[in-house]
Amino acid sequence: MKLTLVTGLTGLVLLATIVELLRRRQLREKYGMLWLGLLFVVIPLSLFPTLLDGVADLLGVASGVSLVLFLGIVFLLLVCIHLSWEVSRLEEETRTLAEEFALLRAEVEADRADRAERQELVSRDG
Amino acid sequence: MVNGKRLLVIIPALNEAGSIADVVGEIRGELPGVDVLVVDDGSTDRTSAVAVAAGARVARLPYNLGVGGAMRLGYRYAYDHDYDVAVQIDADGQHDPRYVPKLVDLLDDYDLVIGARFAGEGEYAVRGPRRWAMGMLSMVLSGLAGTTLTDTTSGFRATNRRMIEMFARWYPAEYLGDTVETLVHAARRGYRIQQVPVAMRRRMAGTPSHSPAKAMIYLGRALAVLTLALIRR
Repeated sequence: MKLTLVTGLTGLVLLATIVELLRRRQLREKYGMLWLGLLFVVIPLSLFPTLLDGVADLLGVASGVSLVLFLGIVFLLLVCIHLSWEVSRLEEETRTLAEEFALLRAEVEADRADRAERQELVSRDG
Repeated sequence: MVNGKRLLVIIPALNEAGSIADVVGEIRGELPGVDVLVVDDGSTDRTSAVAVAAGARVARLPYNLGVGGAMRLGYRYAYDHDYDVAVQIDADGQHDPRYVPKLVDLLDDYDLVIGARFAGEGEYAVRGPRRWAMGMLSMVLSGLAGTTLTDTTSGFRATNRRMIEMFARWYPAEYLGDTVETLVHAARRGYRIQQVPVAMRRRMAGTPSHSPAKAMIYLGRALAVLTLALIRR
């Protein structure tokens, strides 16, 4: 009973955290949905840990809890890979931005130098 | 103008305030009528200011991207401003601009011409794992390009308009990507690559690394980069 309380409460705290982050627009919806979906699986399991025993039996895993542990690690690995992929994309995007920015700055500076030179010529002639 | 072509020299520079003025000055002296673009790759010293004072155009990156990022920017500039030829030269003064016309001469028949050490001219020796790495790279890349390439990591290269168009769109920013991966990519897509023997000079500033441990790491990374480049799309 105690264990169920601890796991159940943990699940609820996580749920509240995600909802609050989404509410404050600190989390993009796609990630929010991912974690919410996960919690809808995890909270019932934390209240009734024996729910997966049937499935575990079918897969040859000794207990439902071991199966949850295994699936949890696989899930977290996938999330990590996804995040690495996102970071790589972001780096490519910021790289492109930095290059564009440097190009624009070079153009602006060349333009300014050009104009200053012309102004100098005009004032000397005048 | 060199041989009737509009030519841009691209110099990627990171904290090279000590040598950049001499490099730019020498290029402008040896190759009159050539435009010089220094790409300041997030330097924390006065590289940009010194380069401007020496008469170069300067594109300043907001933070360090590595040679690959600096070079794609350079090629984009060359592409946008309709240059026929882009030449990459190191900011440390080890490349002699007097070889540039030799490289450019070959661009009618080739898309990418590398100024190569170890090809007979000048003396330059490396030993140990670094040498194995370079040997492996040149063997594989020579096979891909269908010609002998002895110095695949050389930062002294000339490219024609066709190559500029590709490099303006695609140029990897990762380690060794600017040299090895670009060669693999270009060779596999049918761009013609050739090398010209050049003598390298001592760097005007800074020192090259010679520790054996670093050389081993270099070998490992070179292998990884090459393998990845070969299996990448």
